[in-house]
Amino acid sequence: MRTRATRRHKDWALAYALLLPGLVIFSIFTFWPFLQNFKLALYQNPPYPGLPSTFVGLSQVGDVLSSVTFHQSLISTLLFVVMVVPTGLLGGLVLALAAHKALKGMAIFQVIFSSTVVTSVAVAAVVFGTLMDPVVGLLPWLGLDPHPAILSNPTWALPAVAVIAIWQFLGLSFIIMTAGLQSLPEEVLEAARLDGARAPTMFFRVTIPLLSPTIFFGLVVGFIYAFQSFGQIDILIGSQNAEFTHTNVLLFYIYRALSVQNDPGLAAVLSIVLFAILLSVTLLQFRFLERRVHYAGN
Amino acid sequence: MPATEQPTDVVRRRRPRARLVARYLLLTLGAVIVLFPVYMALVNSLLLPSQIAHQPPPLIPTNPQWHTYPDAWTGGHLGIYLRNSAVQTVIIVAGQLVTSILAAFAFAFLEFPLKKTLFIVFLMTLMIPFEVTVATNLTTVSSLGWFNSFPGLTLPFLATGFGVFLLRQAFLQIPRDLKEAAQLDGYGHLRFLWAVAIPLARPAIAALGVFSFLGAWNQYLWPLLVTGNDNSVRTVQIGLKQLLNTQLDQLNVSLAGTIIAIAPLIVLLVVFQKQLVRSLTAGAVK
Repeated sequence: MRTRATRRHKDWALAYALLLPGLVIFSIFTFWPFLQNFKLALYQNPPYPGLPSTFVGLSQVGDVLSSVTFHQSLISTLLFVVMVVPTGLLGGLVLALAAHKALKGMAIFQVIFSSTVVTSVAVAAVVFGTLMDPVVGLLPWLGLDPHPAILSNPTWALPAVAVIAIWQFLGLSFIIMTAGLQSLPEEVLEAARLDGARAPTMFFRVTIPLLSPTIFFGLVVGFIYAFQSFGQIDILIGSQNAEFTHTNVLLFYIYRALSVQNDPGLAAVLSIVLFAILLSVTLLQFRFLERRVHYAGN
Repeated sequence: MPATEQPTDVVRRRRPRARLVARYLLLTLGAVIVLFPVYMALVNSLLLPSQIAHQPPPLIPTNPQWHTYPDAWTGGHLGIYLRNSAVQTVIIVAGQLVTSILAAFAFAFLEFPLKKTLFIVFLMTLMIPFEVTVATNLTTVSSLGWFNSFPGLTLPFLATGFGVFLLRQAFLQIPRDLKEAAQLDGYGHLRFLWAVAIPLARPAIAALGVFSFLGAWNQYLWPLLVTGNDNSVRTVQIGLKQLLNTQLDQLNVSLAGTIIAIAPLIVLLVVFQKQLVRSLTAGAVK
């Protein structure tokens, strides 16, 4: 009896020792800084560096949330998401459908279509920045007036950055859609085919409904991806540009609050907003998955 | 077979060829769209500065300037940036693999008080995107004196809730009998982990490794905040930002640098495509 009890206690000690490294990292770099946001949000930055910050309660939160800059930032972020996610998902779906057949050369196409998933935001920005440049870019060749430069033009800067994000998201979207297509139940598709379903009917009545969990997963991933994009904007447009209000997406706003304005209070309020938005999207996904598992169980 | 079905059969037999051609056309069009931006960077990297500004832009380098590649490597500090990126990536991948394997093993094979609660704590980290923690992390790292250093660059990423989740799933696939048999053979927990569990979970571990590599190599926000103005730990992603600001007569060299920066990832994609796909779709397929 005693030996079994000691062995069990040894197991406990081992288990905690194995969890310790992860717990330490998470406590210091995830949980504590996350909670710290709620405190920082209540303190206002001193007017001159070096002075202590003052406790202002919720007034800073109210000020930020009701500011024009914040509203513009939210609108820019949502516009960006709307431009990037549906287009990226549709593009990925079309490519996945085209490549979903055992034909010659398909492996090469699959590598090509997945390839943008490995490109970094900096690479994409440099490559597209060159193509969009008024002097060395493609616009004059396409017969478009390159002036004023698209990236410093308030109307076109955000769509131009969205094009870059779509291209980058295409690889992930293709991979997700392909995995979804490969997991479709072959019996159901075969049964529909034997029932004489024609190709369009098959596609809209059978394939798309069966693929809907994948599409939903893609939506969530795309949403999070688009919300976390800001490198393209930092590299190609930057804070100096007079037009930045139109491309001041939430994450760029946080970055500027931290590194340009040196205002942790503002950054904290914005971080809480970002967290709330991303959390609601993730919870939506969990609810959906639960329901799906329930259906599958029946 | 009923006679009425014969016409559709004929139609079906004749149409596949047209469909096949259409499919390959669509695939080729898709490939051109996906590859064109990087192809143009490749072409421009091999042109003379005078050719780059030429309209219409040359689509094939007629007089390739291969020297831009060694120039980018030495002139733009790219060699240093790539080395820094490599060091940073190796530290993060190794750290994530070790912490994830250890924690996942505890959750999969050991019984201990608060097991469920602690697992939820690990999963909760998936709900907190790194971006919402940068404000305080920047202060923490600076106050520890790790601003502009490899510890500062890598420490926040040495554990991953996703990795623990992925490897726990893989460990749970290992039959319980195997654990009991190993115990009867006198294997302790750690020896079982090293000799049995890790080899059996290799595919999942590889998938996590590739996923971590991709994330670490392509990181942008944190290195931008935490590296200083000198080159000591600046990564290639931040280095690329400066490349864009170069003069027109250096643009070919900058683009050569960009191509060099993607090269390791193209290798990663071609060699580890299966593992990459596995990790990226881990949340999609239940």
